Amino acid sequence: MSGNNTFKLDGKDIPFEDGDTIMDAALRAGEYIPHLCHNPEFTPHGSCRVCVVNANGRQISACTQPAMENMEVDNTSDEIMGQRRALLQMLFVEGNHVCPGCEKSGACQLQAVAYYTNMLSPHFTHFFPQRSVDASHADIAIDFNRCILCELCVRASRDVDHKNVFTIDGRGINTHLVINSPSGRLGDSSFAASDKAAHVCPVGAILPKHTAYDRPIGERLYDKQPISIVGDVAAHEQDEDR
Amino acid sequence: MSIEEFISRITASANNAPGHLLQYLYEIQYQYSHIPQRAIKLLAEKLSLTESHIHGVIGFYTFLHDSPRGSYDVLISDSITDHMLGSRTLLDALCTRLGVTPATPRDDGRVSVDTTSCTGMCDQGPAMLVNGWTITAVDESRIDTIADLIESGTAVDQWPNEFFRVEDNIQRLDILLSDDSSNGDALRSLIDKCDDAVLEQIESSGLRGRGGAGFNTGMKWRFCKQTEADQRYVVCNADEGEPGTFKDRVLLNAYADKVFEGMTVCAGVIGATKGYLYLRGEYRYLRAPLEQVLQKQREANLLGNNILGKDGFDFDIEIHMGAGAYICGEESSLIESLEGKRGIPRKRPPFPVTHGYQNKPTVVNNVETFMAAALIAIHGADWFRSVGTEQSSGTKLLSISGDCEKPGIYEYPFGVSIQDILKDCGAKATQAVQIAGAAGFTIPPAEFERCIAFEDVSTGGSFMAFNQERDLLDMVKNFAHFFLHESCGFCTPCRVGSSLMKDLVDKVHAGHAGQYDLDEIQKIGQLMRSTSHCGLGTTAPNPMLDTLNKFPQIYEKHLKHSSYEPAFDLDAALQDARDITGRDDAGAHLGTES
Repeated sequence: MSGNNTFKLDGKDIPFEDGDTIMDAALRAGEYIPHLCHNPEFTPHGSCRVCVVNANGRQISACTQPAMENMEVDNTSDEIMGQRRALLQMLFVEGNHVCPGCEKSGACQLQAVAYYTNMLSPHFTHFFPQRSVDASHADIAIDFNRCILCELCVRASRDVDHKNVFTIDGRGINTHLVINSPSGRLGDSSFAASDKAAHVCPVGAILPKHTAYDRPIGERLYDKQPISIVGDVAAHEQDEDR
Repeated sequence: MSIEEFISRITASANNAPGHLLQYLYEIQYQYSHIPQRAIKLLAEKLSLTESHIHGVIGFYTFLHDSPRGSYDVLISDSITDHMLGSRTLLDALCTRLGVTPATPRDDGRVSVDTTSCTGMCDQGPAMLVNGWTITAVDESRIDTIADLIESGTAVDQWPNEFFRVEDNIQRLDILLSDDSSNGDALRSLIDKCDDAVLEQIESSGLRGRGGAGFNTGMKWRFCKQTEADQRYVVCNADEGEPGTFKDRVLLNAYADKVFEGMTVCAGVIGATKGYLYLRGEYRYLRAPLEQVLQKQREANLLGNNILGKDGFDFDIEIHMGAGAYICGEESSLIESLEGKRGIPRKRPPFPVTHGYQNKPTVVNNVETFMAAALIAIHGADWFRSVGTEQSSGTKLLSISGDCEKPGIYEYPFGVSIQDILKDCGAKATQAVQIAGAAGFTIPPAEFERCIAFEDVSTGGSFMAFNQERDLLDMVKNFAHFFLHESCGFCTPCRVGSSLMKDLVDKVHAGHAGQYDLDEIQKIGQLMRSTSHCGLGTTAPNPMLDTLNKFPQIYEKHLKHSSYEPAFDLDAALQDARDITGRDDAGAHLGTES
């Protein structure tokens, strides 16, 4: 088939190619659909559900839904934005996300998408889970309090680094990220700061050490422009201005 | 036998296939009462898997543990119908007798007691599993005997036989259950008529999936057949986990040969050589008899190579055990589990008919669907269409439990009304019927003239009656806890939503809630319904949303009459301050106006 197919995103024609998801086509056309677990370098995951859109009357995740000719997609209605806000609030109360005390503040996608959707409070009752920080690795620290289970590190370590440093354990609300090493600590794994998996975390869970405040708060990626303009933090890994 | 020898033996039986991981773990669990670290290390080396991957699989399934359970691991079924039959009192009695705290193995390692999701014995509960073996009709006297048997260290296979008796309780037969065709008739018919003719019969019979989703069976088979592939698979979904459903248990006990024949008919039609029966872990007791039926079918040349002498018609069936995960009833989770992984639902599309087991085209059908298909192959589409309704041909097996005189299996033509069913099973003063399980519908008396059919009230088979004496909020609470336990944890709305939902329902149940909390339940429920990744998340809020809509009074009587109530007792929270100051006068208490 030719690449002349289009669908409508909030009334605007979006061209797509065979095999594209709604997200793929929208990103290529420069249209922003909020997302956390999606990164165009990896197989779509569809777990955070923040990219929920209404396509032909059905709520679906834009990152997993194949684009179809003449599909009508609602990406910005109050209803969709409200659902995204509630999903973000769920992620905020599930973990321990304390933006004012977080090294990642200003360059965190969870925070930036929350701003984008006008999330003003966590709304739900905080879970305050007991989670640990693993600083055993020389170059990288992991703060499990901030993990949102997007599995980008799992995918990067498995598919790009071929190391399988990360995996998921538990079920339901007890689902959690674990490290594949004899002690379960990052310092005892084969993880390296140069691994792809060290550079895909959308939140402040996987953090490089020693450089946290090189860029002062107030001068960070999302301090200057909203995420709808500048996009994912992982795409700015090499930038001077992140 | 050393652990090394044991693991070599079980892995060798499946050619060290990593895809059999869950099967190895299931065997190890029951041999050692947990999966020892040494076993994880050996498996990781043998199967070229990481240890954390194996831990991740263990962590997903309720019946697998990486720390020891008691030598006697007792799991009491926690279905709402078990509750109604007194299971919680019996649990307390057993724990007291044995001096054990629920969920924690006793210090001497002898015994552990816990609850588990519905074990599929609702017609003869309360039920329990001891080291995976089903015990039915538990009462105080059985609890006493069980406690004695555990204290005396009597091996479970020496316990009284009658404890393990599972009745079929077939109360009403129709065209499926009364069929008297001979073993092999369906396959003889397939060979006589040729595959396409049988597929056309399945299609024109209008047969739809009996597990609950109701997808057209003939269409599913044709999609699978049409997909180019070097291998296709037939999978029978016997992960009957919906609370209140137990009809597949009866079919596998009394009609297994017909179920296997149905799978073989499917194999002949789509061109598959390998099939799996995915049997829920709770039905451990059915495994050996089912293996015997498979062997009998092989000896009759109804399975194996050149079936019934037809050149190249090769097909065989292997049984895979589940290990305690409701989500594995969802077909793509089931396939993940068959492949030895955590049962996380796949993204759809692609669907299993094109990319299923091992990424090959796969038909996944329910036990009852395969049995119906076998009989349609014999008697034809018209026979099947002669009962039921236009859109729902044939019959439906219902598993009836709860407040009624004759619980058990009832086969009805589609279109039967709820009130007729209630009359037949001897249900009196019925307040509500919960149809299609925890994920289903709560039906009030005003709707009892509605019918069981895909176009009206659709069900995989669960039918639970609640009389006027019951507090329906107990049911809602039970289901909220069930979904919290069974959410796979993959997507945000289901993982977090089921937890928030459970807290809110508990708050209502404890009498601490206000209207605000009910509004929150609505809001969270709608979010789960519209944004979850799979059917579990989209249906988990059904019992709350349905009862809020149709039974508001069950909430109102638990409510505090204000718009907002905190989740804790404010006055009780001041107790520390009163203790410190030594005050207990009226001024040291918050007003208790209600």
